[in-house]
Amino acid sequence: MLFKNLFLSIFLLFSVIGCSEQKVASKPTINIWHWMTDRDPAFQELAKKYEALTGVKVNFELYAPSDAYSQKIRAAAQGSNLPDIFGILGEKRDFASFIKAGHILDLTSYMEADNNSWENSFFPKALAVNEFASQNSYGIKPGIFGVPIDIMTIQMVYNKKLFTQLGLNPNRPPKTLQEFLDLGAKIKAAGMQGLVSGWGEVWMIDCLANNYAFNIMGKDKVLATIKGEVPYMDPDWIKVFTIFKQMKDSGILAQGLVTMINKSAEQLFANEKAVFAFNGSWCVNVYKGMNPGLEYGSMLPPAASEKYPISIWGGAGSSFMVNARSKNKEEAVKFLVWLTSQDQQAYLATATNNLPANKNSLSKIPEVMAQFARGMDYATHPNVWGVSEFSMVIEAFDRGIQSIIIGEKTPEQVADEVQKIKERELAKKRAK
Amino acid sequence: MKQAVYYKSKKILINILIHVFLISVAITCLYPLLWMISSSLKTQDMIFKDISLIPHQFRLENYVLAWKEGGFGRNFFNSIIYTVSVVFGIVIVSSMAAYAFSRLRFVGSKFLFIIFMAAMMIPIPGSFVALYVLLNKLHLRNTPIGYILCMINVGLSTSIFLLKTFFDKMPKELEDAARIDGCSKIGIWWHVAIPLAKPVLAVVIVLNALTVWNEYILALIIFDNRSFMPLQVALQSFQGEFVTNYPLLMAGLTITALPIILVYLFMQKYIIKGVTQGAVVG
Amino acid sequence: MKIRDTLENYVFVLPAVVIFSIFYIIPFIWVFQLGMFEWDGISSAKVFVGLDNFKEIFLQDSNWWHAMWNAGYITLIALTLQNALAFMLAWACDREIKMKNFYRVIFFIPPVLSEVVVGMAWRFIINDIDGANIINRSLISMGLGNFAHNWLSDPQTALTTVAIVHCWKGFGWGFLIFLAGLQTIPRELYEAARVDGASAWQSFKKITLPLMVPIMVLVVILTVLGTMQVFVLIVSLVGGEFAGHTSVPVLRILASMRGSSRFGYACAQGITFGMVLILISFIQYRFSKKGQ
Repeated sequence: MLFKNLFLSIFLLFSVIGCSEQKVASKPTINIWHWMTDRDPAFQELAKKYEALTGVKVNFELYAPSDAYSQKIRAAAQGSNLPDIFGILGEKRDFASFIKAGHILDLTSYMEADNNSWENSFFPKALAVNEFASQNSYGIKPGIFGVPIDIMTIQMVYNKKLFTQLGLNPNRPPKTLQEFLDLGAKIKAAGMQGLVSGWGEVWMIDCLANNYAFNIMGKDKVLATIKGEVPYMDPDWIKVFTIFKQMKDSGILAQGLVTMINKSAEQLFANEKAVFAFNGSWCVNVYKGMNPGLEYGSMLPPAASEKYPISIWGGAGSSFMVNARSKNKEEAVKFLVWLTSQDQQAYLATATNNLPANKNSLSKIPEVMAQFARGMDYATHPNVWGVSEFSMVIEAFDRGIQSIIIGEKTPEQVADEVQKIKERELAKKRAK
Repeated sequence: MKQAVYYKSKKILINILIHVFLISVAITCLYPLLWMISSSLKTQDMIFKDISLIPHQFRLENYVLAWKEGGFGRNFFNSIIYTVSVVFGIVIVSSMAAYAFSRLRFVGSKFLFIIFMAAMMIPIPGSFVALYVLLNKLHLRNTPIGYILCMINVGLSTSIFLLKTFFDKMPKELEDAARIDGCSKIGIWWHVAIPLAKPVLAVVIVLNALTVWNEYILALIIFDNRSFMPLQVALQSFQGEFVTNYPLLMAGLTITALPIILVYLFMQKYIIKGVTQGAVVG
Repeated sequence: MKIRDTLENYVFVLPAVVIFSIFYIIPFIWVFQLGMFEWDGISSAKVFVGLDNFKEIFLQDSNWWHAMWNAGYITLIALTLQNALAFMLAWACDREIKMKNFYRVIFFIPPVLSEVVVGMAWRFIINDIDGANIINRSLISMGLGNFAHNWLSDPQTALTTVAIVHCWKGFGWGFLIFLAGLQTIPRELYEAARVDGASAWQSFKKITLPLMVPIMVLVVILTVLGTMQVFVLIVSLVGGEFAGHTSVPVLRILASMRGSSRFGYACAQGITFGMVLILISFIQYRFSKKGQ
């Protein structure tokens, strides 16, 4: 009997709590869902500032990790419950789907207002990630649909102290691939690890492979390959695959690279066990937390060819979009304008060690971050190319490189496999 | 005499071997727990540099920090409420259903049971989205009740399966006696079946408590209101997008593991009690 | 009378059936029919493709079957190693020995720990590059340096290592259930056997084993179902599918859902997975019935 009563009372208690009413606010509240755990304190500070300034309440809700965040956004989209401001993690294709489904507000008119003042405050490459150009392959009418709140680049970093130990000039990192590979033997002999990176998470492999592809054959040929006009069996692509084989053979790659998650790679670099790391500009914040005394510098991946410049991935780090169906659209946009203005961007940059998206905020950031920021000149990003490769092909591509690194397949084998899958996907597309 | 000594030393040898076996397994079980606790007492930069189990300084303040920064107070309370409600709900609902499948005859009993079993075996990918939309339509989405009902469903099939297996094995004599005494079906269920099934119920309780306590993704998707979130969601806030605050995460994980260990400690007594109290026929 | 009787019976199963229908059947139907569509999970446009997704899974998706094979391998190791260990430990604890309670608590710690901690701790024990690797260090100090190995980053050993860690994490459950089962065997039976002069092995064979058979069937079924669905542990130990060496079905389904944004295909994969599991359980069930 006691149990029954207890159960009933719990049931009743929750029915009451469950039916809580929505409070009607006098001034609008802007709801923002984000996944950036590290920046949440800074966001909360800014929310308070904004409320003091304008009386509009801004509610930042954190949902982490990013996988869970994506699922929540998708579920909310299905249930038409999206907040006023949110972000879309994933590929341009998904972004396009959201826009087509009517969830995203077109921000072009706001950007172009006042002689494009908002638009011009950003690094063009940061904005490009959120833009759809005319005649893009996704079928979206051209325009700007998102707002970058920081930029990031993915480059290499090297440990200056270890360089000195190895007898190398700490201010002169390797510029060519051959120099880089030659260091392999030296590093091994000294008992250190060479390059660490989160290659258990395949997208980082994809990034570096793509950087070299641009370097070896130039942007146009890479895009042509994606469009299906050039096969992966092309000698230039075999060269790209072979680079990984060369890296493996030279001993420059750290042990267990293929199962490494990026966080482990960051620990290893921060603890000075590895000489090189391939990581994004967010690492400044990470390394600072793990080892404030770390002496390191950033460098571009050493070029394999002189024909075309080496490129890196860079662009908007995180972006926010406005819910097209939100009741507080105007207020939301106003908030985003404020968030991306010079002072707020500088604040975010110093508080969280991320690069500002507002190009006028650069003067106030520490040196090593400035080095990263300079890399933006070489930056590109899949989301700005206007075409996307089939995800099955990308998967086979990345897994193929993993196989090359562990010595299970040859570059030619992988090229062959990837091409086969590409042809299968192309055939499927034509059949539709 | 010689034989007696032989048997005695054989017995001692076997006992020693058994103890060695048990202890070595126990050590492998303890190590990660100790590692977790010792990491929670270190600082961020020491965690991977200093690999000894005993940290150089005991940063107990990590626990306070974890509690405060993770907003543990409210979420801890939520987790307890959800776990207790769900476990309670499952115990009642599944034991009733299992008893019916095992002892009562009615049309469709076999069919229904097979459906429940099939459900155990077919995981639904993307069920989160489906549940989200469903709860939305029922207006139960951002509510504790909605979450509790979903979680009751999660453990239902397995619990019914476990309980039915044990009910099948139960000697019928006691039930017959109770029936002759004029007990109603509910009465038999409550006064005879449940007490006899204490060991299994203990397993069901622990199993479901663990599932609910460790669940976070459904909660994260269904709740929009921070104050409804369970503990696990709060923990995730230590696993940053780029920076993971390891000591605090470990402290948080330790705090999270403790209640479940307590539940288990409490329940495992019932497994023993079930034997001494349960009526043994024969 | 009869009607009232039957109605009473139905009341027993009513709550379960209601909850189940709402929270499982409805989503299930939604997912089931989605398996026949091509959908990216976001747009309102869903393209009906009939059984094409299933055809693709059976005829073209070698990654899927490789993942199934891997999951099967891990399950096999779980069935043998994990359950044998669990049974032996349960049997050892069932006897009247000292420190029984202590062991009972300790053995349940692995299941309690979250997969995140387990992954991190085990990475630390067996695979940190710099040889924080406790196992390798002790092997080297014992002079068995050639056995030292990078267990997790070697494609040959990665899957087996993951399987062993999974066993470590899972044996606590088997232990608990076996113990519960052993405890319900009346002590009098053992007493009577001893009085009759039976040896320990004989009473084990004639009393313990037969009475434990339904429990063992239960544990086997639960082990298969639970182990085939493993994936969080794999992500926290090796970061992902390791060029296919540690692919498992759930990871493939997630890849379809998020990586290639093919929600419909992911649902088809989920249904296929479920069918395979049902088939396996059915075979197990038939086997156990025959054995009895």
